[in-house]
Order: sequence, then structure tokens, then C-alpha cells
Amino acid sequence: MSLEIAVAAALFTGVVAYSVLGGADFGSGFYDLTAGGTRRGAELRRQVDHSIGPVWEANHVWLIFVLVVWWTGFPSTFAAVATTLAVPLVLALVGIVLRGSAFAFRKYAATVAQARFFGVVFAASSVVTPFFLGTVAGAIASGRVPAAGEGDPWSSWTGATSLVGGVVAVGTCAFLAGVFLVTDAARAGKTGLTAALRRRVLVVGLVTGAVVLAALVPLHDDAPTLWTGLTGRALPLVLVSFVAGTTTVALVAVRRFGPARWSAVLAVASVVSGWGVAQYPWLLVDEVTLAQAAGAPATLQGLLVAVGLAVVLVLPALGYLLWLTQTQAWSGAPEAPAVSAGPPPGPGARPRRR
Amino acid sequence: MDLLTGLTTLAADVPDPAGLLPARQQMALSLGWHIVLACFGVAFPTMILVMHWRGVHRDDPLALVLARRWAKVSAVLFAIGAVSGTVLSFEMGLLWPGLMGRFGDVLGLPFAFEGVAFFLEAIFLGIYLYGWGRIPPRRHLLMLVPMALTGIAGTFSVLAVNGWMNNPTGFRIVDGEVTDVDPWAAMFNSGVLWQFLHMWVAAFMVAGFSIAAVYAAGMLRGRRDRHHRLGFTVPFAFASVAALLQPAIGHLLGSRLADTQPAKLAAFELATETESPSPLRLGGLLVDGEVRWSIDIPYLGSVIARNSLTAPVQGLDTIPLDEQPPVNITHLAFQSMVGIGTALALLALVYWVARWRGHDLLRPEARGGTWLLRAAVAAGPLAVVALEAGWIATEVGRQPWVVYGVMRTTEAAGNASTALWWVLGASALLYAAMTVGAVLVLRSMARRWREGDESLPSPYGPELERVEEQRR
Ligand code: HDD
Ligand code: HEM
Ligand code: HEM
Repeated sequence: MSLEIAVAAALFTGVVAYSVLGGADFGSGFYDLTAGGTRRGAELRRQVDHSIGPVWEANHVWLIFVLVVWWTGFPSTFAAVATTLAVPLVLALVGIVLRGSAFAFRKYAATVAQARFFGVVFAASSVVTPFFLGTVAGAIASGRVPAAGEGDPWSSWTGATSLVGGVVAVGTCAFLAGVFLVTDAARAGKTGLTAALRRRVLVVGLVTGAVVLAALVPLHDDAPTLWTGLTGRALPLVLVSFVAGTTTVALVAVRRFGPARWSAVLAVASVVSGWGVAQYPWLLVDEVTLAQAAGAPATLQGLLVAVGLAVVLVLPALGYLLWLTQTQAWSGAPEAPAVSAGPPPGPGARPRRR
Repeated sequence: MDLLTGLTTLAADVPDPAGLLPARQQMALSLGWHIVLACFGVAFPTMILVMHWRGVHRDDPLALVLARRWAKVSAVLFAIGAVSGTVLSFEMGLLWPGLMGRFGDVLGLPFAFEGVAFFLEAIFLGIYLYGWGRIPPRRHLLMLVPMALTGIAGTFSVLAVNGWMNNPTGFRIVDGEVTDVDPWAAMFNSGVLWQFLHMWVAAFMVAGFSIAAVYAAGMLRGRRDRHHRLGFTVPFAFASVAALLQPAIGHLLGSRLADTQPAKLAAFELATETESPSPLRLGGLLVDGEVRWSIDIPYLGSVIARNSLTAPVQGLDTIPLDEQPPVNITHLAFQSMVGIGTALALLALVYWVARWRGHDLLRPEARGGTWLLRAAVAAGPLAVVALEAGWIATEVGRQPWVVYGVMRTTEAAGNASTALWWVLGASALLYAAMTVGAVLVLRSMARRWREGDESLPSPYGPELERVEEQRR
């Protein structure tokens, strides 16, 4: 395997990880947004907060990883994409900023009115952001980013493939998040919430599946190179994704939430990988191949060192964090009592609200 | 800052690409904002570690309360620090396609290590914040150690990039093409070590003085309990060590400039012509090529900048006009930093010397105590000003180069102009909103803590308990 392929593989692994882990965070905004009024939605919103609270920052770093590996390993294409797709990138960025800060603010908001405001900002930007990131993917995949950059600021990302990419991104995020949330709710023994979430995950899953299938049609004309790849080399992945997605819906329907989580991850990971495999060896489809875009060999080697370091240091730590969040101790009350040598409550303490 | 950076374009007489001015302002705004949060990201975990350690190993429940509160504050600061850092990552491409397209593979490697560091920081942050009461106390405490270390690694990586922009190495340019790229040489460039140390220490000053300022303000309002003393002393101790080291590190950093960036040094020192020995010019502005309103102290310029009684500071007259930075901004920013740095070092000295001589300035009846507390309240914002001023001096003083001596900033910028102005306006609003949100939330946290509400639950809805009961 040549250097640039190794780096590209690491880069794309980052894309897949971000789609799965970051996607599940983004998608939870959909349920938060549609949870209903303050009273009715309270339980679900607390679940969202509890489920993604410990992990969202770590999941977010996948995006940073992708960006830095990209601009270091394949610098000119990064500049080309940034100048051509500035509009969706900026919009996604605004979404990321609003979402991250509003999520943190809501957690410590003092009044219902404040929490509601921050909550709406968090949830709405969570739904919108994947759409723009999806249009960026679509623009690259349909060959609309010229090698020299400075492509059309609008038509580059408003083509059929981009719109499909955006909608599919929103749908898959919501689907993934739903499966994760319903699992967490079930483990915490919240029966009412579990039932409500299960219904909605089923609807989201069926709709997303239908959209993905329908979306394949415009790709044929709009992104011929991608289409050829998807129906050729990447076909096994597409099929895996289809089977895994259907299995997930079935598992959720029969309330086997634990296994459903894994098949949902598989479905999303394989559809995203399918995109990567389908457009190989292009980095910017029909414009620049990976080999042409690669930066200096010494830098690519350096990047592999960084990736190796990440594998050794980051993956075990990440595994520990994700494992912790799935344990019983972490599924309970969001605000467990302080450490055993805990402080006495301050003077005039109000009874602890949970 | 907008006005200031706007002035900088006056220095260049080549026509600028349309994207330059808004891009500069955007960069200054977003970096100037991020850097403050980054300081907390770098230094706060270490301070929480000390406080939490005290709580666990010395059985000090009050220290545990403080550690736990600080952890919650840091959760808010980290979140907005992380998103503002993401903005920067995007901006490297959006604003400086010329730089990234051409030199991405030269300067990028440290960013990859920075990514690894942030990963670990974010992971252990998650474990630590949610680990209260869920992980055995001693192991829980250990989760802060990686955060303190990744703060160092992250700072080093970012400063490696900035050090490279100031001291570019690790590549050759042959027929206009970048070749022989050695990213390791670029990463370990000659400027990185001192720049990194200076920034790392600055982070402790900013975070330490800012946190101490909060408790100092509380003490001024008469809250003289042990809680406030402890909350003041730990961060103030960190900040004091940093403040005493900082002038020395800064001096070493500055003494490189005579060789590496004479134009920047000339602007720092307001040296219009080469004088031997050079005076130290306090204050002053360059108006129509003349230095006005400055207080000149003979010899001191040579002593400070060149470690010598005679060695001159090379004057601006030896530097072609189109390679001079905007002099006044650079000079004023530099002097603000040094002035504040000196004052803060004195403040630290006064407090600890008095305390060492048995005069505890924090006691309510202590003579001079009120003044010390007032100064400590001011020290927080002043450290932030010094930080911003230091960056403005460094970055504006590097102009007109983005990669010193190799690439002009005009070549790095893109061509989108009107769009960038809109983005700039929107970002200003966004950052203002984030600032307001953070202040609002942090103040409400402090208020509820004062009222004795330790757990700070967020109200997701009215009468939540009833809802839950019905569901069960
Ligand atoms: C709390 C913040 C703070 C304080 C008190 C000081 N500095 Fe500083 N200074 C910085 C924060 C800073 C900075 C923001 O972190 C900079 C910008 C770039 C860098 O590496 O550090 C900087 C840059 C910087 C430079 C420019 C380096 C270059 O462009 O290559 C010099 C010469 C000094 N400093 C010197 C000093 C001296 C002599 C100080 C004596 C009191 C001092 N600084 C206090
Ligand atoms: C280590 C991190 C940093 C990097 C990699 C970096 C990089 C850059 C780049 C690429 C530019 C644009 C080109 C130029 O105008 O020279 C720039 C400009 C600028 N940066 Fe930085 N910067 C860093 C830190 C900071 C910080 C913390 C500040 C805080 C105030 C700052 C303030 C500025 C300003 C004011 C400009 C505009 C200068 C001008 O155009 O005259 N920089 N920086
Ligand atoms: C002297 C300059 C800088 C220092 C010391 C610094 C330090 C830090 C630290 C400690 C964090 C993590 C803690 C927190 O979230 O508050 C952080 C976040 C971040 N910084 Fe900076 N930074 C600097 C400049 C930059 C620059 C120039 C860039 C990019 C071009 C950048 C990109 C980022 C990113 C992407 C994050 C978010 C990582 C995450 O998702 O957790 N930073 N920075």
C-alpha cells in the first residue's frame, strides 16, 4: 500500500468515525427538537443530555482530525474545497458553534425559559449542520469542485447529489441517534420514554431507508462516476448497508435494542464507506486523484506517526469512555451524589432536585 | 481590534486581494477569542488537579467542593473553547487558501499532533466531569493528569506552527515550487521552544489571575471565609510563579529578534534609525516618520534587546518600506504587554513577600489588604490584555509576511471579498452571543452556589418529578 493510500485510509476512517459517533450526537437534536412542549418533552431532553453529555466533545474531535489530516496530507485539495464550498462550510460551522455552546449552556441554565432557549438553538442547529456537511460530500462526489478551487459558490453544492447527501446525512444521523437513545432509555428502565422513542425510531428508520433508496435515482445522471462505483466496486457495501439497516428496524420493532445498536452502526459505517470506495481513486471526483493530491512523502510519513500515536493513545482511552457510558453506574441519575467524603450541604441548602 | 487591523493595510502599497482585509479581521477576532478560552483549557485542569488532590488526600471537604465547582465551570469554558477552535480549523482553509494550498504539508504536521492531544483532552474531560461519584475517588482524580499533559502538548503543537511562520525552515523553494519538505524540521524550528514556554506560562497567568480575581471580588464584598481564601490562593499561587518567570522568558524570546526579525524589533523599540547605544522608548508614536511623545531612557534599549551596552537596535531606515510592519500598533501592543507583565510580576512579589514576612494581606484587618484585593481583581483582565497585546505584537509585527521572508500575506488570502465581510459581521454577532451566553450561565451558576444549591440541575421542564413518577 502506498503512503498516500495509507494516509487516505486513515483520513477516511476519521470520516466514518465522525459519521457514526458525531452523527449520533447530531441526530439526538432531532428528537430534542420534536420532543414537544416543555413539560411533555422534559424526560426525553434529559435523556438526550445524559446520553451525549460525556461523549460529544470527544466525538467532535473526529472532525478536527479529518480536517488536519486532510490539509496536511492533501493540501491543495483542501484549499480547493474551502474556496469552492465556502458557503456550506460556513453554514455548517455556524451550526457546530451554536450547537456545542448551546448544549453546554443548557446544561447549567438556571430557569426554564433559558433552558428552553438554549435547547431550541442546540436542537435546531444539530439538525441543520449534518445537512450542510452532507452537501459538501455530495459536491465532492459529483465532481463539482475544480482542482484549482474557486468553483461556483452556489451551484457547486446545490446539485442533486449534494441535496441527496444533505438529506441522507440528516436522516442517518437521526436514525442512529434514535437507536442509541432508545437503548439508553431502556437500560435506565424508563419504560414510557422507551416506548415513545421506539415508535419514533421506527418511523425515522423507514423514512430514511425510503429516502436513501429514492436518492439513488438522481445519482445516475448527476454523479456518473460515483454511480459506477456504487453499482460496481462498492456494491457489496451498499448491500451490507441495506441489510443492516433493515435488520436494525426489525430489531427495534421487536425491542432487541442492544443488538440494534450494532447493526445501526454497521449500516451507517458501510454506506459511508461505500461512498469512499465508490469514488476511489479520486479525491475530488473527476478532477484530482489521491496520488496527484498527496503532499510531500516525508509529511505523509509524519502523519502516519501521528495516526499511530492516536491508535495507541486515543483508542484505548476512547474505548474506556464509551464503555463507562454503557455501564449501569452511568445509566442512573445524571447527578449522582458527590464522592463519599462529600461535603455537607451549604447553609440554607435546598433539597436536592434530581 | 477591528480598527487596529484595518489600519495595517495602509502599510502595503501593492494592491491587496479583496479577501485580505476581512480575512485579517476575521482571523484576529476568532483567534483573539479562542486564545482566552485556550488558556483555561491549558491551565485550569492543573489547578483543579491541585485542588482535587487536596480534597482527596488531605481530606479537605471544602477543597472538594471547589474542585467540583471548578470542574463545572471548566465544562462550559471547554465547550466554547472547542467550538471556537473548530472555527479556526475551518478558517485556515477558508481565509488562507494560498498558505494552506502551498505550505499545508510543511506546517500541518504539528496540527496532527495537536489533534491527538485534543482527542485525549476531550476524552478525559468527559470521563472526569461525569465521573464524580461514579468512579472511585482516587482513580477519578488521576483523570486530570492526562488533561494537564495534553494541554502542554497542544500548546506546543500550535506554537510550533506559529514559530514556523516566524522562523520558516524545513523546505526549499526551487523554481517557485516547494520541495525537500521536512515536516519535523519545520515543527522543531528555532522559535518554537521559547514561544511555547512563553505561551504556556501566559496561559497560567491568564487562568490563574482570572480565577483568583473572582474570589478577590468576593472578599472585597466581605465574604472572607476559608472557602474564598482557598479559592483565591491556589490559582493566585500558580499565576504568581508564572508572572515571575514570564519577564525572563519574554526577554529570551525578544533577544532572538535582532537576528531573526529585525523589522519587528525595530517596530517594538520604535527605532527609526540605528543608534548605538539605543535608548528604550516608553510610549510614543510614529507620526510622519518622526517619533513623538516618547520618554527615552538612554542605553536601556541596547541592554534589553541586545544584552549589551553598545550593540544597536537596527533601525527602520535600513528596511525597505514594503517590508516594514505597521509600526505604531506593533510598538504599542508590545509595550502594553511588557508594562502589564512587569506590573503583574510586582503584584505577585508584593503579596508573597508580605505573606512571607508574616503580613497576611487577605486577613480582613490587614493594612493594604483592600488595595491588594483590588489589584488582584484587576489582574485577571490585565493578564488577558497582555496576552492579546503579545499576539498582536507578534502577528502584526511579522507583516507583511505570513511566512516570514517567504510568502506575503497578500499571496495567502483568497479572492472572495463581499462574502467575507458578511461572514465577519455574522461572526462578530456569533461571538458576542456566545460571550453573553457564557457570562449569563456562569453568573447564574455562581449565584446558585451562593444560595447553597450544589448540584445545579438544569430545569428541563416544570414539575419533572411528577412526570417521572407517572411514567414509572
Ligand atoms: C499574560 C501574558 C503575557 C505577559 C505578561 C508577557 N507576555 Fe510576551 N507574549 C505573550 C504573552 C505575554 C504572548 C501572547 O503569549 C506572545 C505572543 C506570541 C508568543 O509566543 O507569545 C508574546 C510575545 C512576546 C514577544 C514577541 C516574540 C516574537 O514575536 O517572536 C516578546 C519579545 C515578548 N513577548 C516579551 C515579553 C516580555 C519582555 C515580557 C515582560 C514582562 C512579556 N513578554 C510579558
Ligand atoms: C499559534 C497560533 C496562531 C497562528 C497559527 C496564527 C496564524 C495567523 C495567520 C495565518 C494570519 C494571517 C496572515 C497574516 O495577516 O499574517 C494571522 C494574522 C493575525 N493574527 Fe495570528 N495566529 C496565531 C495566533 C494569534 C493569536 C492568539 C492572536 C490574538 C490576538 C493573533 C492575532 C492575529 C492578528 C491581529 C492578525 C492580523 C495581522 C495583520 O494582518 O496585520 N494570532 N495569524
Ligand atoms: C496559541 C495558540 C493556541 C493555544 C494555546 C490553543 C490551545 C487549545 C486548547 C488547550 C484547546 C482545548 C481546550 C479547550 O477546548 O478549551 C483548544 C481547542 C482547539 N483549538 Fe486551539 N489553541 C491555540 C490556537 C489554535 C489555532 C491557531 C487553531 C487552528 C488553526 C486551533 C484549533 C483548535 C481546535 C480545532 C480546538 C478544538 C478541539 C476540540 O474539539 O476539543 N487552536 N486549543
